[in-house]
Amino acid sequence: MRLADDFRNSELAKGLIDGIRRTSTRKARLMEFCGGHTVAIMRHGIRQLLPPTIEMLSGPGCPVCVTGNADLDKTIALARIPGVILTTFGDMLKVPGSRSSLQEARAEGADVRMVYSTLDALQIARQNPSRQVVFLGVGFETTAPTVAASVLQADKEGVGNYFVLSLHKLCPPVIKAILDSGEIKISGLICPGHVSAVVGSQSWDFIARDYGIPCVVSGFEPLDILQSVHMLVSQVEKGEFKVEIAYRRGVSAEGNKRALEIMYQVFEPGAAAWRGVGTVAGSGLRLGKAYQRFDAEAAFEFDPGPTVEPKGCICGEVLRAVKTPQDCKLFRTVCTPANPVGPCMVSSEGSCAAYYLYEATDER
Amino acid sequence: MSDRILLAHGSGGRLAHELIEKVLVKPLSNPLLDRLDDSAVVPFSGRLAFTTDSYVVNPIFFPGGDIGKLAVCGTVNDLSMVGATPLYLSLAFIIEEGLLIEELERVLLSVQAAAREAQIQIVTGDTKVVNKGSADKLFVNTAGVGTVPEGIEISGSNARPGDKLILSGTIGDHGIAVLSQREGLGFATKLESDCAPLSGLVAEMMAVSRRIHSMRDPTRGGLATTLNEIAAQSKVGIRIEEEKVPVRDEVRGACEMLGIDPLYVANEGKLVALVHPADADAVLDKMRHHRYGKNAAIIGEVRPDHTGRVVMKTTLGASRIVDMLMGDPLPRIC
Repeated sequence: MRLADDFRNSELAKGLIDGIRRTSTRKARLMEFCGGHTVAIMRHGIRQLLPPTIEMLSGPGCPVCVTGNADLDKTIALARIPGVILTTFGDMLKVPGSRSSLQEARAEGADVRMVYSTLDALQIARQNPSRQVVFLGVGFETTAPTVAASVLQADKEGVGNYFVLSLHKLCPPVIKAILDSGEIKISGLICPGHVSAVVGSQSWDFIARDYGIPCVVSGFEPLDILQSVHMLVSQVEKGEFKVEIAYRRGVSAEGNKRALEIMYQVFEPGAAAWRGVGTVAGSGLRLGKAYQRFDAEAAFEFDPGPTVEPKGCICGEVLRAVKTPQDCKLFRTVCTPANPVGPCMVSSEGSCAAYYLYEATDER
Repeated sequence: MSDRILLAHGSGGRLAHELIEKVLVKPLSNPLLDRLDDSAVVPFSGRLAFTTDSYVVNPIFFPGGDIGKLAVCGTVNDLSMVGATPLYLSLAFIIEEGLLIEELERVLLSVQAAAREAQIQIVTGDTKVVNKGSADKLFVNTAGVGTVPEGIEISGSNARPGDKLILSGTIGDHGIAVLSQREGLGFATKLESDCAPLSGLVAEMMAVSRRIHSMRDPTRGGLATTLNEIAAQSKVGIRIEEEKVPVRDEVRGACEMLGIDPLYVANEGKLVALVHPADADAVLDKMRHHRYGKNAAIIGEVRPDHTGRVVMKTTLGASRIVDMLMGDPLPRIC
């Protein structure tokens, strides 16, 4: 892998930027769905290089950010149950729920452990047979198959003390919900790269077909994103709307069939509550009938308490792309990565954190 | 002798004496230490630089070094960053009961090698043993003293507009090498920590320029945090060019995978120097001829505008603010 040379080459980038400037004559509002793209766009200063005709909006594609307070409160309540070991990816530790965060629960004595893989969580379950090990399943189609794989493995080995709290979310249904709301109008969509590696570019066909919106699946390097913008702008200019892939090294039309198979073997679609967007039918994953005994929600009794939303925080509107982080009164004043009020300032993929950390400047 | 450290090793009794004499003092032997008095008494004149640091790395052995080497180099480097010639070091261990004595011996050998290379003497020390679970294998504290030549005023507050910013080599090697060894992560890499004593490199730099205004080793928090500290202390702006900051492909790849930025990853054998523009090329040339400065580069400069802020020209030609590290960088979900 030679990321530095191949995908960050400044000469090639200049060529693409010139191409975009030459092509773009009409106003175009492009949304990058994925938080990973938002970070890359901000970190490399891509917005500053685009012509004024192009407006970039940041979408809801940050799994940490879209997890609602009611669900966060559940995870914290679960973690506080004596005997439970709550395992989670690092991103989730600092996110504040209604009253505290997993990090705070850990400081108060809860056994919360950061893992890098679901199989590590399963290993903790094997090593602690007298404890109940819960994996906090937060993520999109990229993550869910690996969680499913851990459930299959636990089932195969008969590990009885491993559970999953499934807060997984599916991307295509939420994009549909956002478009159906009519709240924002976009002229092009940068589709998530890693999610598409699993679900395939064909999952976005309905956006082009039913909504007339051009779609391009993008990778995460600056050249990937510039190429995707160029392809979107070309479609906009020609009045076309189709799904294209600018990330062929990772994404096919069909996606990863094996991953999808495992995911749907263990999980089935259900409603999910998205921060900012609300409950969207068929946009979540719950454990299927054959794997009910792994469902942490059914296995434990706990009281998450009443849900309280942070006062003044506009994360919900930011996630729907109707407002930007700068529109928030708390941004940079009360809410900073060191003292986050809302999840978009916590997650490394959150829009507020990206806008905060990678603030553009005209100083040359 | 047991093959593991027991609580009794820290009791001050016979076991403790045995451990001190056989394991700790022997490899570090020098006339000042061998006396084993309550304090080391050393001759001294001139301006004294004095610093201390504690080391708690996990795992204690990592590619390219271990906690012993780190504890010597870290403190030697802190002395070097103010232009001091390192002279004496104290060395204190807090050991978790159950540590293999063989592991402690290996750490001591690293301490010995690093101290030799840095030409510093360990003249006093201490050992405590705590109950299992009260420490993570081994914690080390070192304090160091050195002399600063007359007329040398190197400080984070002394950067001046126009100064060139020299970085001594690739960033992120230490942080990623250590992370690659963490339980549950263990990605395969040949990457080694850059942990090294920089006193020799600094002596050569100071021999060609008396106008090194600021120097700092970008350890925890990485290059971004260090530059922000200097910009704030000196009340200047710092501008760097992303393209000129050397990053190994392995480090860049690992950072992409983990969702962290190399600018915020720790280094243990690198320095940044802010040097009068007229001397910058000579200093850079000297550095490139030293084993710890082979990849040195001028990566930016000090500006009179945007006081207290670090601005980076990105590879694509845009500009953005580079802020301090905020909390622990946590690996991302997707």
